[in-house]
Amino acid sequence: MQWFLANLPQVLNLTGYHLIQAVVPLVLSVIIAVPLAQLARVNKVASGIILSAGSLLFTVPSLALFVILPSILGTKILDFTNIIVALTIYAVALLVRSTLDALNSVDDTLRQSATAMGYQPLQRFLSVDLPLSLPVLFAGLRVISVSNISLVTVGSLLGIPSLGFLFTDGLQRNFPTEIVVGIVGTLLLALFMDVVLILLQRLLTPWLRTGKSISATPRSTAVPA
Amino acid sequence: MSALILTLPFTAQPATTYSSTDPFSQGWQWLTDPLNWHGPLSVPVRILEHLGYSGLTLLISVAIAVPIGLYVGHTGRGRAVVVSLAGMLRALPTLGIMTLFALLASSSLSLMPAIWSLVLLAVPPILTGTYAGIAAVDREIVDAARSMGMTEQQILFGVEVPNGLAVMLGGLRSAVLQVLSTVAVVAFISLGGLGRYIIDGLAVQDYGQVLGGAVVIAVLAIGIDGLLAVLQRLVVSPGLRAARAAPEQDTPVLPSIS
Repeated sequence: MQWFLANLPQVLNLTGYHLIQAVVPLVLSVIIAVPLAQLARVNKVASGIILSAGSLLFTVPSLALFVILPSILGTKILDFTNIIVALTIYAVALLVRSTLDALNSVDDTLRQSATAMGYQPLQRFLSVDLPLSLPVLFAGLRVISVSNISLVTVGSLLGIPSLGFLFTDGLQRNFPTEIVVGIVGTLLLALFMDVVLILLQRLLTPWLRTGKSISATPRSTAVPA
Repeated sequence: MSALILTLPFTAQPATTYSSTDPFSQGWQWLTDPLNWHGPLSVPVRILEHLGYSGLTLLISVAIAVPIGLYVGHTGRGRAVVVSLAGMLRALPTLGIMTLFALLASSSLSLMPAIWSLVLLAVPPILTGTYAGIAAVDREIVDAARSMGMTEQQILFGVEVPNGLAVMLGGLRSAVLQVLSTVAVVAFISLGGLGRYIIDGLAVQDYGQVLGGAVVIAVLAIGIDGLLAVLQRLVVSPGLRAARAAPEQDTPVLPSIS
């Protein structure tokens, strides 16, 4: 505790780096995965390619990907970009699959009603399909967020700053306290991100909060007594 | 950091001499250098080390997680505990646990601290896979077996396990993948395995070695995952295949490759 207080600025600094490397891939993955999932939904060939490429990339170990990417991207080995790109790849691979499931689970009669009401395809996707997929999308995001927070620490093996630095530094200085601070910090960060995602989901899916679940049960039973 | 790695007791491979500065051709030259495929620190030896650590980790993890998963899945007792425990373990950064265990262990070079930290990584997917596989078996089938007079043990091993095997193996498969990936990290605490090439290569700025080692790790992981996918198909009863083709084929994709 004493060490933690004395080194608070450094720990906070590392936490900041850590958060950036974990959050940016999360945002990027949504931007990339949602259109890919929609493409996979409407096109059988694209679906095969996207899903198998996703599971193949997902199999590449992170430490390997972290050091392979610099030579592909032309970045320095110490560049944040490598971590962000690598984690984005994993996140997209995972998110495409769950977004596809989510989009497939949207009731087709809803789509048809929207079309009948005069929605254009893009408009319908953004205001009907996508919002109804949000719960599943967020379930995927929460899984990714936890694993991202943990994966970012591996970058410290290459010298990229994150809370993982406390692990490598603690080992070298033979100082367990520092490692424990790192572990607790990582866990708290994962918890914090999870809470943020839950709150964000509640904010974006207000219809799920009213009553037990209007969307899941037939309308007749949802009418309040 | 690099200064310390250089002082580690493991000697690196004799360096490959490169005829190019391009990282890709350096990686290729490293991979095709016969020097790296023979001798006590060569790629085949490192692969064996890598597989050895992974195998030991998985043996321990299966011995811990499968009985608990079977018990919870069969009886339904302790479900909430298992689910939340597995979730918590997932958030643990393996690198942190590994360095902590290595420091707390008496001898800095012993293998078991690393293995135990990997066990913490492998237990959640196996545990939740086993539990979910058993719990997902149609209760009517289980009741039918019970009404036919099967004992609880017969129900578990004769009905529930064969029916839940696909999901159980899915959990095992993702555990194998995570362990294979993460074993690369144990090189940091002075053990062997394929991660040595990355750590040593970084320390001496031999990027051909780093890249070559990374490619070997990736190919190993992809190959073994493919092998397990085939195995999964072979072991699961053909009667279940038609039923399984309808819903999602893969078990929920599992996160974390650290």
